[in-house]
Amino acid sequence: MKFLRNILNKQKEAVEGNEKLKKFWPIFDSLDTFAFTPNHTTKSGSHIRDGIDLKRTMMTVIIALVPCLLFGMWNVGHQFYLAEGTPDVSMMEKFLYGLIEVLPLIVVSYGVGLGVEFIFCIKNGHEIQEGFLVSGMLIPLIMPVDVPLWMVGVATAFAVLIGKEIFGGTGMNVVNIALTARAFLFFAHPTKMSGDKVWIDGHTGATPLGDLATIQKYQAEMSAAADAGNQGLVDQLGTQIAELSEKTPSVMEAFIGTIPGSVGETSALCCLIGAIILLWTGIASWRIMVSFFVGGLSMGLLLNVVGGDTSQFMGLDPITQLMLGGFMFGLVFMATDPVTASQTNSGKWIYGFICGFLAILIRIANPAYPEGVMLAILFGNVMAPMIDHMVISFNIKRRKKRLQIA
Amino acid sequence: MSKAVKIRKGLNIGLKGSAELSVVDAPRSDVFAIKPPDFHGLTPKLQVKVGDRVKAGSPVFFDKYNEQILYTAPVSGEITEIVRGAKRRILEIRLKADTTNQFQEFGPRDPKNMTGEDVKVFLMETGAWSFVRQRPIDIVANPANTPKAIVISTFDSSPLAPDYSFILKDQMEAFKAGVEGLSRFTDGKVHLNTSGGKSRELYSSVQGVQKNTFSGPHPAGNVGVQIHHLDPINKGEYVWYVNPQDVAIIGRLFLSGRYDTTKYVAVTGSEVDKPTYVRTNIGAKISSLVDGNVKGGNLRYVSGNPLTGDQVAVDGYLGHYHSQVTVLPEGDRFKFLLTEGWLGAGLKKFSMSRSYFSWLMPNKQYALDTNLNGEPRSFVVSGQYEKVMPMDIYPVHLVKAIITNDIDGMENLGIYEVAPEDFALCEFVCTSKIDVQSTVRSGLDLINEECL
Repeated sequence: MKFLRNILNKQKEAVEGNEKLKKFWPIFDSLDTFAFTPNHTTKSGSHIRDGIDLKRTMMTVIIALVPCLLFGMWNVGHQFYLAEGTPDVSMMEKFLYGLIEVLPLIVVSYGVGLGVEFIFCIKNGHEIQEGFLVSGMLIPLIMPVDVPLWMVGVATAFAVLIGKEIFGGTGMNVVNIALTARAFLFFAHPTKMSGDKVWIDGHTGATPLGDLATIQKYQAEMSAAADAGNQGLVDQLGTQIAELSEKTPSVMEAFIGTIPGSVGETSALCCLIGAIILLWTGIASWRIMVSFFVGGLSMGLLLNVVGGDTSQFMGLDPITQLMLGGFMFGLVFMATDPVTASQTNSGKWIYGFICGFLAILIRIANPAYPEGVMLAILFGNVMAPMIDHMVISFNIKRRKKRLQIA
Repeated sequence: MSKAVKIRKGLNIGLKGSAELSVVDAPRSDVFAIKPPDFHGLTPKLQVKVGDRVKAGSPVFFDKYNEQILYTAPVSGEITEIVRGAKRRILEIRLKADTTNQFQEFGPRDPKNMTGEDVKVFLMETGAWSFVRQRPIDIVANPANTPKAIVISTFDSSPLAPDYSFILKDQMEAFKAGVEGLSRFTDGKVHLNTSGGKSRELYSSVQGVQKNTFSGPHPAGNVGVQIHHLDPINKGEYVWYVNPQDVAIIGRLFLSGRYDTTKYVAVTGSEVDKPTYVRTNIGAKISSLVDGNVKGGNLRYVSGNPLTGDQVAVDGYLGHYHSQVTVLPEGDRFKFLLTEGWLGAGLKKFSMSRSYFSWLMPNKQYALDTNLNGEPRSFVVSGQYEKVMPMDIYPVHLVKAIITNDIDGMENLGIYEVAPEDFALCEFVCTSKIDVQSTVRSGLDLINEECL
C-alpha cells in the first residue's frame, strides 16, 4: 500500500502548502484518515492504547444494521408485489425492486448529511467526525419507502444543522439525529408521516398499527352508537372491525417482519441480530436494551389490565405489541445512541425504562399517531441529562455523608 | 482485622515480554541522574554545583517551600552536569559515579525507640523522605500533616509489572524495619495489601499491620483503589503510601545507617530479547539496563509501566519511583485501513470491546505499539471508563468537572480519592483518545493550589 500512501503524502503536501487549498484541509484529512490510520503516537500517560476508535465503533453499528437493511429492501418488494396481487415473484425480484426504491434514500441521506457536515468542518477548521456514518444509514431505514426524496433531503439537512451542528457537532447533540430527521417530517408533513400508512407506488396500505388504531376508534364509536341505540351503525362498524382484525398480523409475522412499515424497522428478527452484534462487541449498552424492553412490556401488560375488554388495541398481547412498529428498531439502534442516552449506569436503567414505557403509552393513547417510539425516545433524550444529574447527586450525597461520619 | 476485597471492574492487558524471575547485575552505570520533575510540584533549590563530590546520601537539592526535605544523591560521585529546560527549570542533575560506592554515614537507628517526629527528621535529612507520598494530590508527603493511615501495596497489577514478592524475598528484614519506621507516623492503621496466596505468606512475619488481600484485574494493585475500599479519603484527610521496594530502602537506612538505593528493576516489553530483573541503583542510565538486550527498529523506552510510565531516551535515566523499564515498538507509521487499520480483522489489536476479532484468542500476548490507533474525537461512547474504574466515582463527570475548572464539582465527585494512575485504564480504553491522566493531574494541581 506504499503506492497509495505516496499519492496521499504528495496531496497532503500540496494541500498544506497552498493557501487557497488549506481551507479544504478537513476534506483531505477525512479521506486520508479513512484510508490510513494516521501515524500519531502517544505522548504521555498511557503509552499503549486500545485498538478501537470511533471509526471502528461506527462501522460495527453499520454492520449491525445490515440485516435490517437487506431485509427491509426485500420487504419493500414483497409488500409491493402483495399489493399488486402477484406475491409469487422470486425473492431476487422483490429484493431488486426494494433496492431500486431504497438506494436513492440512502444516497440522498448521506449526500445531504455529509455535505452539511463538510461545510461546517471547513468553516470551523475542524476535522470530520464519524457521527454521521451511522445517522446517515438510520435515516432511510426509518422512513416510509415512498417518501419524496426532497423531503429526505430537507429533513436530513434540518437534523444535521439544528440537531447537531448548532450544538457543536458530533458528541454534542442533545437529541438523536436520525429521530430528529423523522420528527421533522412527522410534524411538517403529518399527513404522510404519522405512521399509520405507507404508500408504495400508489398502493396505499395501512400499517398494522394504523389498522389497530382505526379499530380502536371504531370500537369507541360503536359503544357510543350502541348507547344511542343506532343498531345499523353498530352492525356496520362491527363488520369493518372484523375485516380489519383479520389483517392484524400474527406474532410470527410481526417477528419476522413481513408486514408493511418503514423501510428497516419491520423485522424484529433482524433487529435482534443487530442487537446481538452490538451487545457481543460491547458497543451498545445492554442496560438500556433490557430496561427499554421491560418498560414496553410492563406498559403492554398494564394496558391489558386497564382496557383489555373495551379496546382490541389495548388488549393486544404485549409480545405482539412489542414486535409491531418501530419498537424493536428503536430499542436496538435509537435508544442506545451513547451521546443522547443517559451516561451513568444506573441512569441507563431509568432512561431505558421510561422510553419503553412511554413508547407503548403514546402508541395507544394518542390515536392520531399510532407509533410512539420516536416521540418516547426523543423525550427520553431530553430527560437523560436530568436522570444523570439525579444519579450523580446521590453519589455526591453518599460522599458528603461519609465526611460527616468521619 | 483484615479485609479481603474482590475487585470486579478493571482490565488485564496481556502484553508480550514480562520479566523472567531471574536477576542479573547491570554493568555499573557510569552516569546517574536525579530528576526533580519526578517529584511533581517540587521547586528544587540546588545545594551543589558542577564539579562537587557527593556521597550516597549527600544532599543535592532541597524543597524551596519545605527546606527540611533534602533530596540526596543515589550513589557517590562527581556532579558533572546540570540540565535545564524551558525557563531554566532543572530537569536533571547528572553525576559520574565512583567505581565503589561511598556512603554518607548516618548511623543505624532502631525505629522502636523513635517517635514519629524523630523518624520524620531522620528520613528528611537522609533523602528517604522522598519515598513517602501522600494521597490526595499524589505528591511527596507534607511532613506537617498527620496521615490517618499508611498504605503499602505489595503488588503491582499493571501490565508487565515487576513481581515484588520475588524482589523482596531476600530483603524481608529490611522491609520489616521499614514498616516499623513508617508505622511511627500515624496513630491509625498501617495497611499491608497483598494479592493473596504466596505473596501473603511472604509477609506473614510482618507485625503491627493490618493485612488485606485484593484480588481481581488491574487496577487492584493501585493504592488509590485500595484506599478507596479500605478507608476512603475525605477532604482534609491524608493517607501516606510507599512503594514496597522503597520500604526496603528505608529499612536498610534504619539497619545500616546508609542511604543504599540498590534496586531491582524489571526490564520488560515486547522489544526486549530477554526480559529479566536487573540489579542497579536509583537514577541509573537506561542504556546500562537494556544495552545488548533489545531488538532493532524504532523503539520507545518507558521508565515505569506502559500505562503510567515516563517516556525517556535510551540515554535517559530511571525515574525515582520506578522499578520497571518497558521497551515498546514506536507506532509512528500509517496503517492501511484493510490490513492494520480500522476495517481490518485486527488480530494484532488488543481491545476491551470485541469489535476486533482478537477476542477469538483471549490468552494471546500482544506486542502493542505506541500508535494512538485513531484520532482524538469528541466524547461519544459512554460506559467505557466505568468498566475499568473500580471505585464509587463517576470518572467521566469528574473529568468534565476538571476540564471546566469546576472546583466544587471536583470536590463533590471525589477528586481527593484519585490520582492520575487510577485513570490510566480509562485513558487506555478511551475510544475518543482523550488524554485523561494529564487532565486529572491538572485538576489535582488546581485543588492543591486552591483548597489545601
